[in-house]
Amino acid sequence: MGILFSFSVVVAIILLVIAGVSGAGLNFLFGVIFPYIALLIFIVGVTYRVVQWGSSAVPFRVPTTGGQQTSLPWIKANKIDNPTTSYGVIFRMLFEVLLFRSLFRNTKSELREGPMLVHGSEKLLWLAAIVFHYSFLIILLRHMRFFTVPVPTPIEFLEFIDSFFQVGAPLVYITNFTIVIALLYLLYRRLAMPQIRYISLPSDYFPLFLILAIAITGIIMRYFEKVDIVGVKQITMGLVSFRPVIPDNIGVIFYIHLTLVCTLFAYFPFSKLVHMAGIFLSPTRNLANNNRMVRHVNPWDYPVKVRSYQEYEDEFRDKMKKSGIPVEKE
Amino acid sequence: MATKGKPPKPEELSKIDYTPPKRGWMDTPVVFKPGMYCHGTRAKYLEAVGMPNARDWSPAEEDWKLPPEWKEIVLKGIKERLQKYRTFHVFMDICVRCGACADKCHFFLGGGDPKNMPVLRAELLRSVYRKYFTTAGKFFGKAAGARELTEDVLKELWYYYFQCTECRRCSLFCPYGIDQAEITIIGRELLNLLGLNLDWIMGPVANSYRTGNHLGLEPHTIKANIEFMIDDIETITGIRVETTFNRKGAEILFVAPSGDLFGVPGNYVAMGELMLFHEIGLDYTWSTLACEGGNFGFFTSMEMAKKLYYKIYSEAKRLGVKWILGGECGHQWRLMNQYLDTWWGPADFLEEPVSPITGTKFENAKGSKVVHITEFTADLIRHGKLKLDPSRNDHLRVTFHDSCNTSRAMGIFEEPRYIIKNVCNHFYEMPESTIREKTFCCGSGSGLNAGENIELRMRGGFPRANAVKYVKEKFGVNMLANICAIDRAALPTLMDYWNPGVGVCGVHELVGNALVMKGEIERTLDLRGEPLPGKGGTD
Ligand code: HEM
Ligand code: SF4
Ligand code: SF4
Repeated sequence: MGILFSFSVVVAIILLVIAGVSGAGLNFLFGVIFPYIALLIFIVGVTYRVVQWGSSAVPFRVPTTGGQQTSLPWIKANKIDNPTTSYGVIFRMLFEVLLFRSLFRNTKSELREGPMLVHGSEKLLWLAAIVFHYSFLIILLRHMRFFTVPVPTPIEFLEFIDSFFQVGAPLVYITNFTIVIALLYLLYRRLAMPQIRYISLPSDYFPLFLILAIAITGIIMRYFEKVDIVGVKQITMGLVSFRPVIPDNIGVIFYIHLTLVCTLFAYFPFSKLVHMAGIFLSPTRNLANNNRMVRHVNPWDYPVKVRSYQEYEDEFRDKMKKSGIPVEKE
Repeated sequence: MATKGKPPKPEELSKIDYTPPKRGWMDTPVVFKPGMYCHGTRAKYLEAVGMPNARDWSPAEEDWKLPPEWKEIVLKGIKERLQKYRTFHVFMDICVRCGACADKCHFFLGGGDPKNMPVLRAELLRSVYRKYFTTAGKFFGKAAGARELTEDVLKELWYYYFQCTECRRCSLFCPYGIDQAEITIIGRELLNLLGLNLDWIMGPVANSYRTGNHLGLEPHTIKANIEFMIDDIETITGIRVETTFNRKGAEILFVAPSGDLFGVPGNYVAMGELMLFHEIGLDYTWSTLACEGGNFGFFTSMEMAKKLYYKIYSEAKRLGVKWILGGECGHQWRLMNQYLDTWWGPADFLEEPVSPITGTKFENAKGSKVVHITEFTADLIRHGKLKLDPSRNDHLRVTFHDSCNTSRAMGIFEEPRYIIKNVCNHFYEMPESTIREKTFCCGSGSGLNAGENIELRMRGGFPRANAVKYVKEKFGVNMLANICAIDRAALPTLMDYWNPGVGVCGVHELVGNALVMKGEIERTLDLRGEPLPGKGGTD
């Protein structure tokens, strides 16, 4: 049900663009107004989320430790999975954000005859996740050439690398394929693995369909239904320079692609996609395991009613004296 | 109400079906299965510590005797906690439901109930959060994964949040570190606003408030118990060790879990420690009030946990010790490592811990001044301060179970292993993905080691037991060592059920066996009073 719903929403968006652009000629709405609104929602929304999280207190320092602690000098500590210093924490976070360290630990458990519960390594999810995210990142960066004159060298270099296995013109980007393959795998596992399917919500399928649609429309534009690149760059440069223009004869496919991207941006802050920002604020990962060295202060700590030693001794004094345990008051 | 029942036979229990049902989880109402949950707390325990909605109630009955405004209480509680805990706030928002955590939970692996996948356990509460605290949830309801908070939802939360041992295994594997233990802790706090705790948790809490320990041992009983152990030690070694209680001016306060002062096999750990301290001439004292490192308040609410830990520093201060040595206990070390100093520090009235025997400075404890006993003992061995005869443990083929709390909220892996390797000749590791930070829970942590939920415990302990089975069959392992009092209480039952013939012991029991004491008689008995096979072992 969730799958069909999410899929339909993506299809509906595409139809809406076709109707709006080809039918009603609302090119300015789809080409200029929506992108500005979407970007605004994205920036304000994500900022709002981060500020909200940031305003929640961190009463306790509770890192999840994933390796040997720092204790006696002759015991080798794992300074990254169990950091005690800020450097350690920075490295741990870099490993998490850049390499998906925790996901790399992934195992798959299987119950065999015996019974024997076997925990094998399972790196496919990690691989798909890495391929998807890096493809996405590279594609995003490559798009900077639409927003810059002249195109900065690093972006050109990225294009060069990405099209390294060049077979003909136009340039074929590796990431165009890898992102689709990775997305299809992520979708496949959501559908084919009973447990993952069971936990999936419409909001899990939607981003997959949406990003897949973005990638596919992009690929169509590039290799099949070619659009007027000069015209596109006029639009994009118009957007960044706040002097929006709408050149004629840019195919509707471009507007579909752009609107899907706008949808992604606008949807981002309200969805699970905020994991991009949230990962940096996760207290089980971004704190050091140094509670016994440096005191952590709870900002909302308040006094609690306790039972004092005096009350304890008052209740048990006779018994304590009789059994020879020292007391404060004879 | 479920009573102390017998679980199904192991052959049956191990037929586990991991395929989820056809119907979605939101449309599948919770079914309370006998053997899978605990008794509700009695009113008297709640009253003893001034907690709300004290009344006798039973989870099996329709009417949970909730206060009329229960829903507002819970929603207000959620709102408050979103501001108080960044963990909770972030974890409610960023899960991508990738499912990496799904098969990491021992309760899911041992039972197959999809709501025991950590991600779904979280969704049970997250769905409520979405409904009342997010735009998408308010407008799109179920399509956005949101649902109303009803009595059935509340009961479902109760059922599954007391089927989580707060072990943090899910958190280790989650790409964002989403920690269901943290969510469970907060979920249980919410339930406690309505007086919905377990009898098995609230009883120890009430006892601990009054006597300082879960079992309700009064000061003279504590002393008597330890004196019994001293008698046993004398029988075994010919040496009468000395110890003191509530002695002012001692250098060190020793705080063990109270389980070690009472039943088997914890008492052997305490015996080993008594012998060790005597042998090295340690200037230490017990406190009859700070006689419990464990803290069932932690399974109730943060406030209760803080209350019950007041005794640690206050007794250290009253007795004027220099620093604190903590015994072998799992959640004690979650708290001593991650909470104690925040709750009751700064411990500026204590001194930076230094081993009086080796002169080693415990730099890692320079702030909170609490040292783990395996850190202390490993250091002694490293400096050659102990005379050890590991062959006295030759009748044992030992493996080591890392406790969840000391693993994933501390990271103490090498210290106990170093000790074991020095006091035993036969040590074997369980498979890599079941030890150290990836360790599996005993299945009975966080206050779930009751009798009436025995099926739950045997299921939850299955992954651990199964790894023990592996080394039992491969290496003939017959002893499961650990550094946790709950393990020592829970694992014997688990081993009898899944791996008969495997015993359970604390690390300092093994130390006590191997420790060669000055002037001791020829040892013919181990600490359990059982005849020691001839030197050189049986194999
Ligand atoms: C700091 C940046 C980011 C990090 C560290 C990060 C990390 C991750 C990780 C570890 C996963 C879980 C593995 C998986 O299911 O693929 C994931 C899932 C996902 N991420 Fe990201 N991410 C980041 C940014 C983004 C961005 C910018 C997007 C897209 C707009 C995105 C979209 C997704 C989606 C759609 C999934 C779910 C895939 C599925 O359904 O299986 N992420 N992310
Ligand atoms: S591993 Fe983390 S992000 Fe993935 S489903 Fe579990 S809690 Fe959610
Ligand atoms: S904390 Fe442990 S018991 Fe609780 S959901 Fe996670 S893995 Fe399961």
